[in-house]
Amino acid sequence: MTQQFLQLLLNGLITGTVLALTGVGATLVFGIQRIANFAHGELLTFGAYVGLLLNVALGQNIVIAALAAMLATAMLALALHLAVLHPLRGRGLVATSLITVGLGLMLRDIIFLAAGSELHAYRLDQSVVYDLGLIRISPGQAIAVALAVVVTPALTLLLARTPLGKSMRATADNRDLAAIAGIDVDRIGRQVWMLAGALAGLGGVMTAVVQGVFDPNLGFQILFMIFTTVVLGGIGSAYGALAGGIALGLVMELSTWSGFAGGLDAKYKPVLAFLALITLLLWRPQGLFGRARVL
Amino acid sequence: MDLLNPAFWLFVAAIAGIYAIMALGLYAQFSLAGLPNFGHVAFMAIAAYTMAILVVRLEVPLLVGVAGGVVAAVLLAFIVGIPSLRLRADYLAIATVAASEVVRYLAMNLPDLTGGPLGSIGMLGPGQVAMYNGEWLAFISRLTPAGSPRDGTVAALVWALALLFIAALGDLERSPWGRVLKAIREDEAAATAAGKNVFAFKMQALVLGAVLGGISGELLACQIGVFSPDDYQPTLTFYAYLILILGGSNRIWAIPVGAVLFSLLYSGTRFLNFFPLSLIDSGARAFLRLFLVGLLLVLFMAIRPQGILGNRRELLLEK
Repeated sequence: MTQQFLQLLLNGLITGTVLALTGVGATLVFGIQRIANFAHGELLTFGAYVGLLLNVALGQNIVIAALAAMLATAMLALALHLAVLHPLRGRGLVATSLITVGLGLMLRDIIFLAAGSELHAYRLDQSVVYDLGLIRISPGQAIAVALAVVVTPALTLLLARTPLGKSMRATADNRDLAAIAGIDVDRIGRQVWMLAGALAGLGGVMTAVVQGVFDPNLGFQILFMIFTTVVLGGIGSAYGALAGGIALGLVMELSTWSGFAGGLDAKYKPVLAFLALITLLLWRPQGLFGRARVL
Repeated sequence: MDLLNPAFWLFVAAIAGIYAIMALGLYAQFSLAGLPNFGHVAFMAIAAYTMAILVVRLEVPLLVGVAGGVVAAVLLAFIVGIPSLRLRADYLAIATVAASEVVRYLAMNLPDLTGGPLGSIGMLGPGQVAMYNGEWLAFISRLTPAGSPRDGTVAALVWALALLFIAALGDLERSPWGRVLKAIREDEAAATAAGKNVFAFKMQALVLGAVLGGISGELLACQIGVFSPDDYQPTLTFYAYLILILGGSNRIWAIPVGAVLFSLLYSGTRFLNFFPLSLIDSGARAFLRLFLVGLLLVLFMAIRPQGILGNRRELLLEK
């Protein structure tokens, strides 16, 4: 039972890291551009397929594939911002959301057309399992853990210590105040889109290696969990999204632990995320760490 | 397939009528009250599944199943609406997207109840064929004169229903109730200041849309006979948006126009099988179609948000 607990803890941390990284990007975009980006899931999908191209078709190792995915997805996010969303700013929340929905649909179906609807997998041996005594870990999980251990602290450092990270958080918190303080909010907007894209690309690769096989619906399926993470942390709060993502991942995985009243059937995990979202919206719409203000 | 095959076009006409009712539900929510419901398909799916489960398992008459399905859709509207309608509009969008994913996920993963990926036919488990639309088929057969196609009857019936609903909602739109909804869409603070219970009005619009969405989901289920979670993909929601926007998103009588246009576009692409398009196989063409749906959504929202027939001055979704 302890072993199962540790195993679930590991799974939860991996799921949580994916949600945390992608959630930071989504929440910053939300905070700075006032856009609920419904194409965010497709950024993950795009990253996963760029990684696939590098890893399988070009025979690169997974680290290079992940870096290329981050770079390509950052460029894609920037292109979406510059070509569509920035020129159409000021259209209002509902209209802009609908535009991102359309963009997501286009992206997903381009990927369907280019890569086909069949399941794909990275060049990883899925049959190997490393036995670490208490827990067993698949190569995909090991890669996800390695990526998480490197990227999460780097991201935290970027947000907490660098002028860029501070400007991003300030702009997400209050755009007008940030502009008055001399921050070039348009430039920060572009950088936030690139950061969000890079993190989404990485999240896509991580999701792909952990799941093993995937199709172009990869991103759309976890979009609502990313949004739940954003709400959990409070919209616009990068630290909130980091903590919220990890918390959501842990809760979803640990809920299946048999020590916890026999454990929830694993298939109810997404339902749990949905219930968490509804409960949050009812009682703490500003997020676990957010301040109450006009929502 | 023959381009001039009337049976095919009658089927398209029936589906177009069902889509018109589906889009009408979204009209009540999105066009009247300004509520961004990005999970309209959840109301359709939950109503269809509840109807089928009631009829197959409890062997209730079809009409009771239909009523049960609508009740389920309304309950879902409450679950989604009560937490999110007090907040800014994007929270409703998030909650509805989440609801649509969860409904589809449950339909996939509770095979004992829903038949799982196999669809409604497997509701009673392997080896048994579950049918829920026997009464519907009998009803249509009774209405159909001997020798004429059944889909013609369905199309006439569905369109009569759609036009009836549109007329009724059109009356509601011009009533004080509809005017309050439009006021909320344009300026929520002003509506609140005028003493209107904004939350209650939004909830009513959401529920009304859920009822219409549920009915369209049930009609779709009855018409296609066997359905699976794949028949209630999230993309249906965006078809509904495209129908609204093609016609003009603040013109209720543009909905039938939008539904017909959309269905022609959508089923018309089936016949684009000449060179060079014949190089793309038919499976891939389905994705091309969906890509075009996305492209049209973006283009219309960017260039002509009022749609083909709409009036730009009334459509001030910007806030």
